[in-house]
Amino acid sequence: MKPSAFTYHAPRTLTEALTLVATLDNARVLAGGQSLMPMMNYRVVQPEHLIDLGRIPELAFVEDTADGLKVGAMTTQRTIERSDVVQKRCPLLIDALFHVGHQQTRNRGTIGGSICHLDPSAELPVTACALDAVLTAASNNGRRKITFADFPAGYLTTSLEPDEILVQIDFGKWPERAGSAFEEYAVRPADFAIVSIATVIALDEGDIVTDARIAAGGIAPVPTRLTNVETMLKGKRVSSALIERAATAAATLPAEGDDMNPAEYRQELAGHLTQRALTKALQRVRASADT
Amino acid sequence: MSTHEITITVNGKEHKRTVDSRLHLADFLRQELSLTGTHIGCEHGVCGACTVLVDGASARSCLMLAVQADGRRVETIESVAAPDGALHPIQAALSRHHGLQCGYCTPGVVMTLLELQRECGDTPMTEAEIRRALSGNLCRCTGYQGMVEAALDVLPRAAAGERTKA
Repeated sequence: MKPSAFTYHAPRTLTEALTLVATLDNARVLAGGQSLMPMMNYRVVQPEHLIDLGRIPELAFVEDTADGLKVGAMTTQRTIERSDVVQKRCPLLIDALFHVGHQQTRNRGTIGGSICHLDPSAELPVTACALDAVLTAASNNGRRKITFADFPAGYLTTSLEPDEILVQIDFGKWPERAGSAFEEYAVRPADFAIVSIATVIALDEGDIVTDARIAAGGIAPVPTRLTNVETMLKGKRVSSALIERAATAAATLPAEGDDMNPAEYRQELAGHLTQRALTKALQRVRASADT
Repeated sequence: MSTHEITITVNGKEHKRTVDSRLHLADFLRQELSLTGTHIGCEHGVCGACTVLVDGASARSCLMLAVQADGRRVETIESVAAPDGALHPIQAALSRHHGLQCGYCTPGVVMTLLELQRECGDTPMTEAEIRRALSGNLCRCTGYQGMVEAALDVLPRAAAGERTKA
């Protein structure tokens, strides 16, 4: 399987890339190519122009700032999973990346590419959803910030304008006394997840939940925040009974299924995975509070 | 359609070629350089047969365009054995432990294990870590037991009793 013919562009600066996306028709932006290239090999996607962002160094960075972790869109998944700064400032990303593809694909696959591809079973969009990540889109007219909640426009579709490129993802400040976990179920390790759950919980010294974020992949065409379940947890004293109730609630949320994995099965998975993720996150809060 | 003049260092040797934009790296290696040790299985990034190292990092060469490898250093299976044909320890261990049968996936498996060996240095590798590393290489005949045993044989071992089951 070979891609159909296209003209390849390798801009060396963001400005150059933005001019190309603004002027070329039927153009696609190439990040790490671990999803777009298969789609092109299958000829599901047949761009006339391919704009490779791989030679723009300014788009690959991991920055620890007072406002939290900021990551350049072209930073490879492998770089992020090996970053001490990420481990310290946003450990949920490391947990999520454990499930992403294989080392051969993480070496080239990028965080921005995954978030823009927006596969409903992909781990990084679910993580961005859980953390209320703020995305920076650049165009020749300047930059704008998009909160993750406003980013998906539908299945595999973002709300980026045709002349925009995602350049940066801000994960915000990691809460105090917090623990996180990423749990998913796939038929084979590293295969596409059927359902995935990303969670962060924070507790005060009296074990009262001060912050709870839970996002699910695989129950809808785009990542879903389980806001009802989060509300159930906030302000309550944490206990295994509370986690149990949260999991039961997660298992009753509406889900969309297919022939292979019907909605009821996905709901059941969402319940089990929520319980597993919250339990692990809680253990991590306790472990970090002890040290 | 566009064509590009590219220079790629493959197995230590520099090659200059003019290529079509849509030529992927696996076809470049096989058709332009006659390095047919890199196998093409699925051609959409699932099977891992075409795994090569690009600047030392494993990559699916069917998901990378030759033009993207311009200026980069590529290592293929042809570089692994010694020039006199003596097998690399990873290759010898795969042979010893029946880690291959038809051999179609083997070049990709070897390149994956080579990267793992370089990255782990002296750090002991567990069976679970080896199985995770090999998860990106599909084998449809021998299965993985022989490959895992070969890798455990060659990579730094955990002290007895510390080896974890996958």
